[in-house]
Amino acid sequence: MENAVIIVVGADKPGIVAGIASVLAQNNVNIIDISQTVLRGVFAMIMIVDISQSKQPLSRLREELQKKGKELNVEVSVYHEEVFKYMERI
Amino acid sequence: MKYSVDEIIEVHRMLSEEDLDIRSVTLSINTNFLISSNFEEIKEKIRGLYSFVSKFSKTVEKVSEKYGIRIVTKRIAISPVQFIFEVLSPSYSLSLAKELDKLAEENGIDYISGYSAFADRGLSKSSETVLKSLSEVLNSTERLAGMINAGSTMAGVNIDAVKLFVDELFKMKPEASSRATIMANVPPDSPFVPSAHHGLGMPDSMINVAVSGPGVIESVIKRNKPTTLQELHDLIKRTAFKITRLGELVGKAVSKELGIPFGIVDLSLAPSPKIGDSVAGIIEAMGISKMGGHGSLMALALLIDAVKKGGAMATSSVGGLSGAFIPVSEDSVMVERAIDGSIDFFTLLALSSVCNTGIDMVGVSKRQGKDKVIGLILDVLAMGVILNKTLGVRVIPLDANPGETVDLGGLLGKVVVMKLKDIDVNNFTSLSGYMPSGIKRLEFG
Repeated sequence: MENAVIIVVGADKPGIVAGIASVLAQNNVNIIDISQTVLRGVFAMIMIVDISQSKQPLSRLREELQKKGKELNVEVSVYHEEVFKYMERI
Repeated sequence: MKYSVDEIIEVHRMLSEEDLDIRSVTLSINTNFLISSNFEEIKEKIRGLYSFVSKFSKTVEKVSEKYGIRIVTKRIAISPVQFIFEVLSPSYSLSLAKELDKLAEENGIDYISGYSAFADRGLSKSSETVLKSLSEVLNSTERLAGMINAGSTMAGVNIDAVKLFVDELFKMKPEASSRATIMANVPPDSPFVPSAHHGLGMPDSMINVAVSGPGVIESVIKRNKPTTLQELHDLIKRTAFKITRLGELVGKAVSKELGIPFGIVDLSLAPSPKIGDSVAGIIEAMGISKMGGHGSLMALALLIDAVKKGGAMATSSVGGLSGAFIPVSEDSVMVERAIDGSIDFFTLLALSSVCNTGIDMVGVSKRQGKDKVIGLILDVLAMGVILNKTLGVRVIPLDANPGETVDLGGLLGKVVVMKLKDIDVNNFTSLSGYMPSGIKRLEFG
């Protein structure tokens, strides 16, 4: 399994989860974990996804998600899980 | 592996809001195989490096995209060109420089560093060639950088090299002088331009990494409001650990992809002219209302110690300069403090006793004369040699008066001309020769 972390930040409205999830589904990326929180007063969704079977390399997937983010008027950041593993775990 | 929401948000905030990025990934290459008296042969061999360098460049971009982490610059460090001039005629200096510049330009490299020479105790024919061609070479190139190591704890300080360097410096365009430095005790593996070079005793090639991240430390201090110095130290140490880990992740990924050894992570915090990416900003967040105020030295010493301790835990491959950089023009807060007079040359000298930069990216007025600049460089090199530290001087001579500024743009920022003391030092700087190595030398046997 190879994981990535997706962070979606913006004003809350219907369709954000569906929009992001549909891009993931089209690329054969499985959602492992999903949580919603309020980040500095703004809606934030965090997803852990499995990219090992993804049709696209992570950089392309990031581009597609960010394009979708623009349509939905939210900011999308995508990081490889190793970034978190290196910075938060010894 | 499970991550808490807080952990994820912390990393996201560092990368997206607090300007945490990788300052540079540097490919360090042993280029001594270029040595030949036949320039055509050297050119041919430099061309032979194109595919290697281009692959490095693409790999860095690939790693940056994979992890979603900004890598600000890609650099090459080569063996000091001094070695080439042991056999190559000095008349080829400009042609060689242009070939090296082209190697960088055509392969997407931001800087190529190593137009350098060692002249700690005296000048050899080859170090003299490098020194005497420095202004012509840097004025005619865009990415080439060079360094003269004119002092070391082992060998002493060479005033003749300092004087030649200042002669050349005064002939350089401002942007060219930002690519030249004079050093004492230069490390053989630093990824920081202009002192980066491929040192002796290294493998044929390696990957060195420099991290950035002052914004992250500044905001962690502001958010947590520590009440004791130990708490402050601990906060910085923990944050430095995370910053350094990011450097190691990127460096190792590039190294693995290319199949060449991973060299070092330089633990230094490096500022950029962007607001919120300032080392002086950290000192001010600690409670010194203006960098340069009394207490700044202690604050900087505490910062650097914590950065080194956190970093040392994060990577076993520590090297380079490792501390904190305080280049004046490249740090938005330092520039302001230099303009309002909170920082002068003597403050920078004092700060150099605890950091590794020395006096970096400050304008000097050509109208104040060369002698005072020579004196300033001698002060810094003497400090490096006596305290057994790496220190350097990178000043930008300008046709301007103290207090005036020139904007060099990009990472170089706004250069402020700072006033040198109006005291005649000519009788001292007209002495020639070298200062013998200090008593510390005897500790080495």
